[in-house]
Amino acid sequence: MAKRIDVKDLNIYYGKFHAVENVTLSVPPRSVTAFIGPSGCGKSTVLRSLNRMHEVIPGARVDGSVLLDGADIYGAGVDPVEVRRTIGMVFQRPNPFPTMSIRDNVVAGLRLAGTKNRQQLDEVCERSLRGANLWEEVKDRLNKPGGGLSGGQQQRLCIARAIAVQPDVLLMDEPCSALDPISTLAIEDLITELKQDFTIVIVTHNMQQAARVSDQTAFFNLHGVGQPGRLVEIDETSRIFSNPSQRATEDYISGRFG
Amino acid sequence: MFRGLALGSGGFVVALIAAIGIFLLLQALPSLQANQVSFLTSGEWTTGDPNDMRFGILYLLWVTVATAAFALVLAMPVALGIALFLTQYAPRALARVFAYIIDLLAAVPSIIFGLWGLQVLGPALVPTAEWLNTNLGWFPLFSDGNVSIRGGGTIFTAGIVLAVMILPIITAITREIFERTPKDQIEGALALGATRWEVIRTTVLPFGRAGYVSGSMLGLGRALGETVALYLILSGASGRAPELSLFDGDATIASKIANDAAEFNNEISAGAYIAAGLVLFVLTFVVNALARWITTSRTGK
Ligand SMILES: Nc1ncnc2c1ncn2[C@@H]1O[C@H](COP(=O)(O)OP(=O)(O)O)[C@@H](O)[C@H]1O
Ligand SMILES: [Mg+2]
Repeated sequence: MAKRIDVKDLNIYYGKFHAVENVTLSVPPRSVTAFIGPSGCGKSTVLRSLNRMHEVIPGARVDGSVLLDGADIYGAGVDPVEVRRTIGMVFQRPNPFPTMSIRDNVVAGLRLAGTKNRQQLDEVCERSLRGANLWEEVKDRLNKPGGGLSGGQQQRLCIARAIAVQPDVLLMDEPCSALDPISTLAIEDLITELKQDFTIVIVTHNMQQAARVSDQTAFFNLHGVGQPGRLVEIDETSRIFSNPSQRATEDYISGRFG
Repeated sequence: MFRGLALGSGGFVVALIAAIGIFLLLQALPSLQANQVSFLTSGEWTTGDPNDMRFGILYLLWVTVATAAFALVLAMPVALGIALFLTQYAPRALARVFAYIIDLLAAVPSIIFGLWGLQVLGPALVPTAEWLNTNLGWFPLFSDGNVSIRGGGTIFTAGIVLAVMILPIITAITREIFERTPKDQIEGALALGATRWEVIRTTVLPFGRAGYVSGSMLGLGRALGETVALYLILSGASGRAPELSLFDGDATIASKIANDAAEFNNEISAGAYIAAGLVLFVLTFVVNALARWITTSRTGK
């Protein structure tokens, strides 16, 4: 299930604009990696290039390689649709499909993959909702629309939807930034549980969050307006927050942490 | 200030519509009282003699509804296809040019569509119509109608011309709503491994359905009221009852009124036509209201 990711010399462009320069990093399976850094330094851009969501933007392209257990997801003949089936994503704003019921939301990915067996869908629905710590709250209203849930519940519904297809990797782009503190804690707990089964990469602007949930942390920075963002360093989270090897990291963390 | 203005003009429009309705009703009443047959259930139309009025809406209503419905059935899938193509598949530059061309169609005067239907399309469709009639004549809509298929002045021809005429409005409204599909919905579907068509099915279509239906209703409203083009295309009175076939002819409510307007030589005769107009008025009003209602009840939360 969970797979490792190796990013090598990744350069990412929006048309002529060079957004991210020379990123090389590895993410071990069954771990949580946090991306931190100032706004606009390319965290989302890097994250989105890990499941080829990046390329749905007209003019966007990447150079370099992203290996999933050794296989390049940008290799010739690799279908981006297949890539996105194995590398799931959770977004900043909860985005359940508003016209679908809670149940249909959870099994949407399975349906796309062709599963029709009702019993199997029901099993996956329950397992995923339990996995997202949402089952107890919604089990009596699975046929109600997902839009009727609270923001935190909607985000957990989106996590359930993402894990229902048993992805190898789960990417999360500031999944708590639209949520209240209690919902945020619920999702952080969930992330800690999910890492037993999935490889997780999470972008966060909240450094306490990075410190709480992640095993390793990558710090990205900008060298100036119009310049590409860069990966400054990636290391064990405890090291990054106590004794980073780069001055820039220390400045950023102490500036915000203190 | 703006509120007052909006309320005032809104109220004015409502009053105007009500006034038109009441005007039509008052003009029609004497004729309806003089009518020797039932207006709603008869199809006869002899209004020359004020002392022997025999007029019913039935046949006109059939031709009106059938042409408009046939046009809608043809235009809806085409408009959907074009809107999907323009918003989801075509490269931006191409989409812009294509959308512009479709919008140009809306600027063609109906008299031109009428001439085209009468002179070009009608004759060109005769072989197709005859083939349908010969081979699929067992199906009621393709059976013999009350006018000659060779003449081309049938619901079949008129519906196809109308379909072209209402295509731009349905396409424009559908395209606009499809374009507004929330990006996070689309990304959500993509991230689950949806293909382009699956993205459309899970996000664009559910989001745009109400807009598509209400755009189609507006198109239907137009088709029901279209006059000049149908006046040219449809064959004049055959005197025979319609066979409930697409190869019926005669006239729609609007084209009948346009056709006979020169002969309104007394109040009572004219009143019969006004009664017919009233039916059309109510019909288009209901269709348009339905379109509005669908839009507001599905998108305006
Ligand atoms: N769709 C896009 N088109 C063009 N430029 C973009 C787009 N998305 C992001 N960018 C640019 O790429 C850079 C990195 O953005 P992003 O990855 O969103 O940063 P972060 O997530 O770290 O805040 C920024 O300069 C941003 O303006
Ligand atoms: Mg971002």
